Amino acid sequence: MLTLAPYEFGGFVVAAGFLGQTPAFALGDGTVRLFPDGAERSVEVHQGGLLAACRSQDGAALITGGDDGLVRRTATDGPVETLAELPRKWIDIVAAGPQGAVGFASGRNAHVRLSSGELRDFSAARAVGGLAFAPKGLRLAVARYDGVTLHWVNTQAPAQELAWKGAHARVLFSPDGKYVVTTMPENALHGWRLSDGQDMRMTGYPGKVKSVDWSARGRYLATSGANAAILWPFFGKTGPMGQQPLQLGTRSDQLVTQVACHPSEEVIAIGYQDGMVLAVRFADQQEVLLRRPGRSGISTLAWDSVGARLVFGTEEGEAGLISLNG
Amino acid sequence: MTTANDGKIPVTVLTGYLGAGKTTLLNRILSENHGTRYAVIVNEFGEIGIDNDLLVESDEEIFEMNNGCICCTVRGDLIRTVENLMKRKGSFDAIVVETTGVADPAPVAQTFFMDDDVRDKAKLDAVVAVVDCRHVLQRLADTAEAEDQIAFADVVLLNKTDLVTAAELAAVEARIQSINPYARLHRTERCSIALDAVLNRGAFDLDRVLSLDPHFLEPAEHAHECGPDCDHDHGHDHDHGHHHHDHDHDHDHAHDAPHAVKSVSITAGELDPQVFFQWIGNVSQVQGPNILRLKGIMAFRDDPQRYVVQGVHMILEGDHQRDWKADEARESRLVVIGRDLDFAALETGFKACEA
Repeated sequence: MLTLAPYEFGGFVVAAGFLGQTPAFALGDGTVRLFPDGAERSVEVHQGGLLAACRSQDGAALITGGDDGLVRRTATDGPVETLAELPRKWIDIVAAGPQGAVGFASGRNAHVRLSSGELRDFSAARAVGGLAFAPKGLRLAVARYDGVTLHWVNTQAPAQELAWKGAHARVLFSPDGKYVVTTMPENALHGWRLSDGQDMRMTGYPGKVKSVDWSARGRYLATSGANAAILWPFFGKTGPMGQQPLQLGTRSDQLVTQVACHPSEEVIAIGYQDGMVLAVRFADQQEVLLRRPGRSGISTLAWDSVGARLVFGTEEGEAGLISLNG
Repeated sequence: MTTANDGKIPVTVLTGYLGAGKTTLLNRILSENHGTRYAVIVNEFGEIGIDNDLLVESDEEIFEMNNGCICCTVRGDLIRTVENLMKRKGSFDAIVVETTGVADPAPVAQTFFMDDDVRDKAKLDAVVAVVDCRHVLQRLADTAEAEDQIAFADVVLLNKTDLVTAAELAAVEARIQSINPYARLHRTERCSIALDAVLNRGAFDLDRVLSLDPHFLEPAEHAHECGPDCDHDHGHDHDHGHHHHDHDHDHDHAHDAPHAVKSVSITAGELDPQVFFQWIGNVSQVQGPNILRLKGIMAFRDDPQRYVVQGVHMILEGDHQRDWKADEARESRLVVIGRDLDFAALETGFKACEA
């Protein structure tokens, strides 16, 4: 049994997710919309536009960056908290770390705010494309031009440089901490095995890879950017090297824009540029239609912690809550 | 003013040396009551006196694609800013990009052809060069960027005309026309100009370019024929698989020698599209590094619509524009602006594309 509760926001949905049990949507117009127990609460978080959002690691709050230069924290109740400010900068990258740490970036500036309120500067010589925290230890990956720099946030230990020519945008660690992967504008992923610095190149995409997500237990890295979700195997000694990726939810004429892996099962939710959402099981590729095409592409897609509900949003402001068990 | 029919946000690029008057023009664009809401991307806030939450400072970030070709450089910061602006779609109608004085205009223009996301949401409306009449001749003697900026321009504002004599102004105009006879020239003081002469130009200027009598051109450069390409054959799409250890090619070879920028306007009758696309694809590969800009309108045999092309270096883009009108001559015309172009080869090749 499947139900879909549609929402209409009238503005770009930057990020959707669950804060505890509460569906939450961060919109380009600067507001966060919360739906606790069927009610609706709209919170003005940024004065101009809201450019980036992610969930805190404890899942209780949304961290957002805006073109008002603010980094803010919005929980399901209580006032919105300002975590940091870069006056006149557009904060378009945020990342949530362990121990309440928050990473944020604008242009070449990159910082970590510790839960104590202390700020650490990890700015790069050229544009910062993305930030990510390692699964263990307070370690920050800064994607930059010509590679990635890994910083220890709390110690003076030297940074580790991972070099590969070109621009790097999104960056992420594998859940076991063994690999770092970036997205590149040449419609490719680049990866490094941290134990020996081995490079990995994952290519063949017709479009840019904008959405990436690890499947349950980090077995596959699911990616958008093709007319199917492309899932690279990361189990086994050599990761994806020499392996063919899984291709799920193939459509002849529409690119995948968002991927979200089920938290425990080998099932993926796939959002497309025409607004359709499918769920697909890895084992037999069986597909379930979760949402029909709409007015615009899926811009965000996320499961709840048990994999019973999904939220999605689109570029034109259509959004929804999908419940799989009725 | 409204956004283009296809829903894409029009983008105006402002170039010109430091002190030429770009900031004055920007302040006018931001303060005048023209009913259009502009998002403005500047390289530094500097003396922009207007408080506008759609004003963003952006460090110029030149991204080379991994084939190392000069034709595949884009402005990474622009891609990011356009992407950010799209999250606020509806709160602005158009974008103005100010470049630094020494900027090569090619990566800015190429961004609007090469990046799929940007191309999907925005389109290059016009490149506007602001020129300081007192200093431009010296700049042209000293630097390649000044010449590139004029060569790239659709509109040139000859600013500070009050600070030069009539004879000096005439010399400046002649020099600019020798570089780019297709740009529309406006004489201004303190960038005082009706903004609709600068903004939202679009196809209007393209039509003008192609109806212009190329009387500035030397005889040898007349009547060449050539054409554009539509198959988006951007080199960066095709060579992903290999590892690349050698992208530090010399990107400056076009600037090494004092080769003057010249332009050519070539006309022909109806073309065979197949022959034409193959030919222009080859031209762009071989002569691309020397081609600064390319624009054209093609009449294809048995095609009721005008086919419009634009190009920067090796990047070419084309699309159908509108039906040919009953009273229009079905003629193909191509304008190419660049350095060391092989005009004879262009002419022969274009002629061979006639249907």
